[in-house]
Amino acid sequence: MSDAAPVKKGKGTIFLTLEVCKGCSYCIDFCPAHCLEFSREFNRKGYHYPVLASPEDCTGCDLCGLYCPDFAIFGMRFKDIEQRRQAAAVEPLVPARG
Amino acid sequence: MSATELPACEIEITNPVAPYLRQERLPHIWCPGCGIGTTVNCFTRALTDSGLDLDRVAIVSGIGCTGRVAGYMNLDSFHTTHGRAIPFATGLRLGNPDLAKVVVYSGDGDLSAIGGNHLIHAARRNMDLMVVCVNNFTYGMTGGQVAPTTPIGATQTTMPYGNFENPFNLPFLADACGAVYVARWTVYHVKQLAKAMLEGLKKKGFVFIEAMAPCPTLYSRRNRLGDGVDQLKYYKEKSKVVNGANTQDVGLTFQGDIVVGKFVDRERPTWLEAMNAHYTQHFGDKYTPYGGPHAQE
Ligand SMILES: Cc1ncc(C[n+]2csc(CCOP(=O)(O)OP(=O)(O)O)c2C)c(N)n1
Ligand code: SF4
Ligand code: SF4
Ligand code: SF4
Ligand SMILES: [Mg+2]
Repeated sequence: MSDAAPVKKGKGTIFLTLEVCKGCSYCIDFCPAHCLEFSREFNRKGYHYPVLASPEDCTGCDLCGLYCPDFAIFGMRFKDIEQRRQAAAVEPLVPARG
Repeated sequence: MSATELPACEIEITNPVAPYLRQERLPHIWCPGCGIGTTVNCFTRALTDSGLDLDRVAIVSGIGCTGRVAGYMNLDSFHTTHGRAIPFATGLRLGNPDLAKVVVYSGDGDLSAIGGNHLIHAARRNMDLMVVCVNNFTYGMTGGQVAPTTPIGATQTTMPYGNFENPFNLPFLADACGAVYVARWTVYHVKQLAKAMLEGLKKKGFVFIEAMAPCPTLYSRRNRLGDGVDQLKYYKEKSKVVNGANTQDVGLTFQGDIVVGKFVDRERPTWLEAMNAHYTQHFGDKYTPYGGPHAQE
């Protein structure tokens, strides 16, 4: 469902199906961490879509997901992603340093 | 930037609302910045938190942009005729008392104009239904005609010089008619709206939840109020939470102050409980109370 692999910074990240976004800005305006921004690019429908401008601030709280009227974006905590990965019995994630 | 790429996700991560939606019917028809989809997120959150058996939850809509909600939900869903969601849901509720919850999800026009009579009588009888009324102050689907909820002064296609009709104060109406749970939130208040829906799902009797939502295409644009997000900013700025407020005092004015909160939460026998109690009193053992195996829960 999501187009981007998460970048591990901060406590969580977003997943976006960018072709269904209609650029309403709900997620950008009401993200409690103010970590989203409009893209410079357009999606296929011609809308600017949100990008994670300050990933270090994203908590994965999913408030963006609760706001998004087009079901385009959602947030998830790395903790929960990791838990699912372990539940799915795939290789544990090696905490990499950049 | 020294961001570290995670190895490609081997697990499938899906939007938590996805399982509740009929994926084959998406993308939906709603305009950019329309608030209806946000209320749907809140509703799915409430369904998750309620722990209800989703095979025993039904959703009924009338006609309108909001009326599309039933069709998108991956529940037993019914898209009925304009204004008739409540009588349809009443039949469903009584015909299958074993259902865990019957939800009516529709617009302000559908529920309070053509369906207004059904609304007041279902509340009066305390029919066991949860009604979610998405109030965008207009008839969205048909082009922005004046609704019984349009605030005085707002311009609509059928009120080109501004509305002069007194609008309904919906929570007051539902309260006066006997609803056991009455709340109002806006789509800015996503968490509170989800919580009200959760409480509504768990409450027995007639529940009325007003969810104020922007219709940027027909209400906001015609009134030069900007986009959907500008309406959310207005909700944020002008809303005051007054739980337990006297519903007489929560009427809305054009871009004026908004009182939000849980206004009514009381107990009253539902229509079915009242009927069973009444006939048991009259006929004693000769009467078998009506209801399915789960009806006494
Ligand atoms: C019997 C009947 N009368 C009129 C209509 C036209 N009609 C369709 S939707 C609608 C009003 C919708 O307003 P609302 O319920 O507020 O929903 P919204 O589109 O605003 O979400 C009307 C009048 C109809 N479909 N059927
Ligand atoms: S998950 Fe929370 S913090 Fe992250 S972008 Fe969404 S709303 Fe903002
Ligand atoms: S809330 Fe959804 S539709 Fe609106 S800009 Fe964000 S991702 Fe796009
Ligand atoms: S017309 Fe209004 S209510 Fe209907 S989808 Fe568009 S914004 Fe939403
Ligand atoms: Mg409406």
